Amino acid sequence: MDFQLNEEQQMLQDTVARLVRGEYSFEKRLAFSETDLGFSADFWHQLSELGLTAVPFSEELGGFGGGGVEVQSVMAELGRGLCLEPYLQSIVLGGGLIAHAGNDSQKENWLAGIASGELKAAVGLQEPQSFYDLNNVETRAEKSGEGYILNGRKAVVIGGHCANVIVVSARTSGDTRNAEGISLFALSPDTNGVERRTYPTIDGAKGCDITLNNVQVGADSLLGEEGKAGEVIEYQAGRAIAGLCAEAVGVMEVANELTLEYLKQRKQFGVPIGKFQVLQHRMVDMMSELEQARSMAILAASVADSEQNDERRRVLAAAKNVIGRAGQFISEAGIQSHGGIGMTWEYNFAHYAKRLIAINHQLGDDDFHLERYAALLQAS
Amino acid sequence: MNMNYTAEELAFRDEVRAFLDEKLPADIAAKVKGFRRLSKEDHQRWQKILCEQGWYATHWPEEYGGVKWTPVQKHIWDEESCRYGVPRSIPFGVNMVAPVIIKFGNEDQKQKYLPRILSGEDWWCQGYSEPGAGSDLASLKTRAVRDGDHYIVNGQKTWTTLGQYANMIFCLVRTNTEVKNQEGISFLLIDMDTPGITVRPIITLDGEHEVNEVFFEDVKVPVENLVGEEDKGWTYAKFLLTYERTGLAGIGMSKAALSHLKQLASRRLKNGKPLLEDPSFSQRIARVEIDLTAAAISNLRIIASVEGGGVPGAESSMLKVKGTEIRQSINDLARRAIGPYALPFVEEEMDLDYDGEFLSDKDAAPLSAQYFNNRKLSIFGGSNEIQKNIVSKMILGL
Ligand SMILES: Cc1cc2nc3c(=O)[nH]c(=O)nc-3n(C[C@H](O)[C@H](O)[C@H](O)COP(=O)(O)OP(=O)(O)OC[C@H]3O[C@@H](n4cnc5c(N)ncnc54)[C@H](O)[C@@H]3O)c2cc1C
Ligand SMILES: Cc1cc2nc3c(=O)[nH]c(=O)nc-3n(C[C@H](O)[C@H](O)[C@H](O)COP(=O)(O)OP(=O)(O)OC[C@H]3O[C@@H](n4cnc5c(N)ncnc54)[C@H](O)[C@@H]3O)c2cc1C
Repeated sequence: MDFQLNEEQQMLQDTVARLVRGEYSFEKRLAFSETDLGFSADFWHQLSELGLTAVPFSEELGGFGGGGVEVQSVMAELGRGLCLEPYLQSIVLGGGLIAHAGNDSQKENWLAGIASGELKAAVGLQEPQSFYDLNNVETRAEKSGEGYILNGRKAVVIGGHCANVIVVSARTSGDTRNAEGISLFALSPDTNGVERRTYPTIDGAKGCDITLNNVQVGADSLLGEEGKAGEVIEYQAGRAIAGLCAEAVGVMEVANELTLEYLKQRKQFGVPIGKFQVLQHRMVDMMSELEQARSMAILAASVADSEQNDERRRVLAAAKNVIGRAGQFISEAGIQSHGGIGMTWEYNFAHYAKRLIAINHQLGDDDFHLERYAALLQAS
Repeated sequence: MNMNYTAEELAFRDEVRAFLDEKLPADIAAKVKGFRRLSKEDHQRWQKILCEQGWYATHWPEEYGGVKWTPVQKHIWDEESCRYGVPRSIPFGVNMVAPVIIKFGNEDQKQKYLPRILSGEDWWCQGYSEPGAGSDLASLKTRAVRDGDHYIVNGQKTWTTLGQYANMIFCLVRTNTEVKNQEGISFLLIDMDTPGITVRPIITLDGEHEVNEVFFEDVKVPVENLVGEEDKGWTYAKFLLTYERTGLAGIGMSKAALSHLKQLASRRLKNGKPLLEDPSFSQRIARVEIDLTAAAISNLRIIASVEGGGVPGAESSMLKVKGTEIRQSINDLARRAIGPYALPFVEEEMDLDYDGEFLSDKDAAPLSAQYFNNRKLSIFGGSNEIQKNIVSKMILGL
């Protein structure tokens, strides 16, 4: 048994850590967040220069051939910096869907660009009525000549505002909540009938809702087999969940470091507030929540790229559940222990707290994954 | 044991309802119910209506324009006004500084300030906390030095709620550094237009401008603005804090927020069905509703004992803790109810005048911000840890 990263993985993580430390100060992040792009084009470029955007892709694509652990190493450091770049959306999930379901020419068209950072992908799997259920798809794709016509709406597409290619789910057959009959399409946001309503998000990033109004796409836009995308989506969302868990651990680490430092430095009643036992115990609880989360993030990373089965499903649901609960605990306990200062925009803690809550609303919150897990519970 | 309202109390409730049906402006009520922002003008418009009715100053004796409500009547008012979406009175003038002036101020101060609070001419803010003095309020450092007919004030206050609207601030200042912390504090009324005062916004994590820093640099304050005796301000401050604490439990507001949550959950879908019918979500709502029921009865028990001549003691500290936890869990559930739509921060939809298409539910936009903003409930008015310290000391003898 060995929980250490190997030498290569450690080097990878150190590289990202160094880059984030150098380029992603809190002040810079606030400024990046306020631009139209909503992140740093320059930082994205540097991720690409260092080959980091290629981490999970195969070597033929100029990639690194990295798996769950490698993605985890990158995501954790991006989490520590509260980085706003669409790494998860473009590299892990968007790239993952195309690599999984795409044919050779689709891979050639998009993956090399995504891996090099030149193209950015975004993913629209949720809909206004879907809550977190990715099988709940009302968007329709009707066959039309060689291609399809898409109608519907995709909800909260993070990074969709700046993507060059958007992967959306649409129903080619079946009822709204059927796992069967879902297909994936990759399309350019410039296609006629694609409308984006862009907004900032509560955690400082940007996203959009996408309306598809008689959008005509060619047959080459269909990713994988018609009607058979349910499994692909579930599998790739699982990889993204593992990535989010890793990111969350990075966010929690810093949140805890900031809180601990504050407890030692802030004085009331003539002593550091860290001398009050109620705050000491709460800090200990924050640390043990982080340890629970870290363990589950490691477990999630270990199954992220393994074969799909109920064990993988259980692990990922369990991990996202733990991360959601731990994240909310650390967010709320950390604000409380800071007092008023934890409520302010100018101090970085609140931004870590907001990211932790936001992560719980991406790819299913702790309630959703608890139900998922319960449905997969083994009799003994 | 009788848990029902008397006939007079029921008649009073009808009177309150009739008044609110007739006089509460619909636009203001809609903002309150939908957690939208209220402008200074909204507050002032409503205050004027309340004053005309004679129902603005419910803690004041009648001779100063107050109305003599029993604790039960105040409670009925609180319940009904939350249900109707009445804006919460900005407490700093009418419910905080006024009771202090009435109890400890001199006749000139009463004549000067009380009518201006009623008329809305003065907007007060509270200058207690300082960067170094939060929970340990008595360690405050803002200094006032007597110089002839004036005090010269130097220092800094912080977290000053709605200080950007205020023209008056009541401050705790240090007038004596030779004695124990609590014994060298005075209670000063300061005109915000005095030279040397600077107000700087503090933006909170939800992007709101609700609190401020207030800096004092050689600010000349006339001696007649001292309330009561010099160095006795701590007594007055503590008197005021008990006023602040009752009501902080926010039972009425939690009831309103819960009803808002249930409506929201009946519109949002999960698995093709309203979230309100979802077994796990409805249980979450049920649990908080049950807690709220219990807290509401605890609140009534405190009210009944005050009505019988008792003083709210540490029970109100326990209720503050419970009440704020309940409100925070309702906010948590509202955020959960909108699922992925908790992420978008669509500021334009927070304005009631917004007439575009809503991204998702019409009430979704403020929910995440509201959740984050209300983390303050367990921090201010004496943090929940401090409340528990009070209970352990005062009730439990620990
Ligand atoms: C089933 C059982 C088996 C045991 N077996 C063994 C054994 O095999 N060998 C052996 O030597 N002992 C044994 N013990 C004793 C055990 O180690 C003691 O019960 C334990 O150390 C607590 O001491 P106490 O019971 O005197 O409680 P106390 O120390 O009096 O504690 C009472 C309460 O006060 C709390 N408390 C005390 N100090 C602090 C503090 N500084 N800060 C915050 N909270 C505090 C405690 O957490 C506890 O909640 C056993 C006890 C039990 C119940
Ligand atoms: C939105 C908002 C509005 C406010 N409005 C006003 C206003 O209008 N006027 C005004 O004067 N003030 C206002 N305040 C200030 C408020 O009263 C203080 O924030 C509060 O007293 C806590 O002080 P602090 O923020 O300095 O935290 P600290 O006192 O530094 O506390 C930090 C943490 O330590 C804990 N702690 C401190 N002492 C102890 C102890 N002895 N035992 C256990 N735990 C302890 C606290 O509970 C908290 O968790 C406002 C605050 C907020 C957030």
